Amino acid sequence: MFLGIDIGSSSSKAVLLDKGGAILGREVVNLGTGSGAIDDVIDVLLEKAGVDRGDILYSVVTGYGRIGYEKADTQITEIGCHAKGVYHDFPEARSIIDIGGQDAKVIRLGDGGRVDNFVMNEKCAAGTGRFFEVMARVLNCSLDDLSGLAAEAEYAVAISSTCTVFAESEVISQLSAGASPASVAWGAHKSVAKRIAGLSGRLGLIPEIVMTGGVALNQSMVRAMEEEIETSILVPESPQTVGALGAAVYAKEKYESASRDQSLQ
Amino acid sequence: MEEKKSSKQILNELLAKHYADAKNAKEEGKPVVWSTSIAPQELLETMDVAVVYPENHAAAIGARKDASQFIASAESEGYSYDICSYARVNDGYANILYSEAENMPKPDMLFCCSNICMTVIKWYENIAKKFDIPVIFFDTPYSGSYQVDPSNVKFVEAQLEEAVTMLEGLTGRKFDYDRLKEVMQISNETASWWKKATDLAKNKPSPMNGFDMFNYMAPIVCFRGKESGRELFKIWYEELQERVEKGLGPWNDGTEEKYRVLWDGIACWPYLGVTYKVLKKHGINVVTSMYPESFALLYEQHTLAGMAEAYDSLYVLRNVDYAIDKYLNLSRDFQLDGGIFHSNRSCKGMAFKQFEIQRQMESQLGVPSVIFDGDQTDPSVFSEAQYETRVQALVEMMEARKGARR
Repeated sequence: MFLGIDIGSSSSKAVLLDKGGAILGREVVNLGTGSGAIDDVIDVLLEKAGVDRGDILYSVVTGYGRIGYEKADTQITEIGCHAKGVYHDFPEARSIIDIGGQDAKVIRLGDGGRVDNFVMNEKCAAGTGRFFEVMARVLNCSLDDLSGLAAEAEYAVAISSTCTVFAESEVISQLSAGASPASVAWGAHKSVAKRIAGLSGRLGLIPEIVMTGGVALNQSMVRAMEEEIETSILVPESPQTVGALGAAVYAKEKYESASRDQSLQ
Repeated sequence: MEEKKSSKQILNELLAKHYADAKNAKEEGKPVVWSTSIAPQELLETMDVAVVYPENHAAAIGARKDASQFIASAESEGYSYDICSYARVNDGYANILYSEAENMPKPDMLFCCSNICMTVIKWYENIAKKFDIPVIFFDTPYSGSYQVDPSNVKFVEAQLEEAVTMLEGLTGRKFDYDRLKEVMQISNETASWWKKATDLAKNKPSPMNGFDMFNYMAPIVCFRGKESGRELFKIWYEELQERVEKGLGPWNDGTEEKYRVLWDGIACWPYLGVTYKVLKKHGINVVTSMYPESFALLYEQHTLAGMAEAYDSLYVLRNVDYAIDKYLNLSRDFQLDGGIFHSNRSCKGMAFKQFEIQRQMESQLGVPSVIFDGDQTDPSVFSEAQYETRVQALVEMMEARKGARR
């Protein structure tokens, strides 16, 4: 068995593959690095699959929490793992838009799912999952309901601030000036989409384009992004666990190449 | 027999003497000058006045993680967070006049050349006002073209002549053109040794640890016109040449130079150790940057016109096409595997070109690169985890490309 672990800034994910590469299970908990949640995620995953820890032949960890996590055999960046995970599900994909809790990145894929190039957002949180958490709080709805709220909008309120803190106060002013929560919610999605489109313009998007990360669960965000780049976007069945899947695929590859080298010696 | 000193020992001794000399000059009632880093120091050296360099001083303060108190002092005076942090540190230092790092005496005169950026003009003007002292300005216009406009060079030459007259007035001494000729000669030789030494990093592996080059940036600024500087860079060159002959790489602990990269922009001084260790962990060596050329001020004509042209020809004064050609040449000459671009909050003049330079290095030569946020001295705008992720992702890209070539 091969284990892929993704410790993000706001969620922890794990994927288990069998020896042939079939997916045995995926788990997500919405608690990120520093929470220790990853151990629970792995326990649940293994228990559901009926697998002992001792059966794991190789494991790879990725995500912001990867550096402090010592129980995996190796660590690979989330950029490499998202590329590998997307390639597993969509071999025809050439570009990835990944919006996670604290960063957004656009990756261009080369042959065999290798990373040709990538760009990431600057240090601030605008255009990331954290931005939507703040927006949901201001709009007094849950993060899960934000997408539905935006879908009800007839128009988008322009949100021009690129800083999350400034955008928060801008949204509060818009609401007190009488804008509907739905139009503000849709405006927030459009504002993030514009930023990501700017980022992807630096790299050049080539179809097929796949969107990953927790924010890809938000259908309004996918729609806003499609409108902004004027191209359709593919979304995996479980966009949050693509990084962990890529890590598991890497685990399998690393194990197999190590075994091959060993038998050649 | 006395054991031969290493260039690093000499460097440290020279820097200690540099600040001590300025302190002594002040105590003896001799004038002390604060100068920008790539100013025509030949004139000051000819007049034999004590010179210190606020940019180097701010970098030393930044590296000692002592910048915050000076930045706070400048900001409390009303300077914006968006202004260059060297300027803020220096303004704060002008208020406090004491640092745990190094100390510069209060200046009697300022010497400011705008060929490195435009911020220095207001920065020096304000310091001059604060201390009520004169400032000698060199306005080196931005050419905005590939080649330097000859009329700009003439304009700078006239300012050099004017500066000589001002220096004579301020010191009450006659300017000695024979001495200037000697200083020009020394300055060119020092710059040549600097260039020759840094060029040795073209060897594979490079004999030089790129972060070591950051250490030698202080002396190339402070001692370019001095015999001690010429000697130092000649010794550094010889040490590196010896390493090349022995086939030695950048590190003595057995770490192999696996990847050769360009570092763009000023060092992230408050996180020098962190930024260095992450690179070394992956076997990444910084083999070049734009610094070797920027400090290699060489002029064939040892005249004021020759000097004017050299000081007005820095890449920052020319268009982006010129910069791109320089970066592409570095990529080829130094056999780069990748690039690390410091998007330095303080230095918009360097940062604005980075996206385009990255794009050209990648599309024309297949050299991948990453960009990270930071600042040259302000410790508040850097994230270690974000830096490490970008560096590690660069390693993965470089490795994949090497794999594809194999």
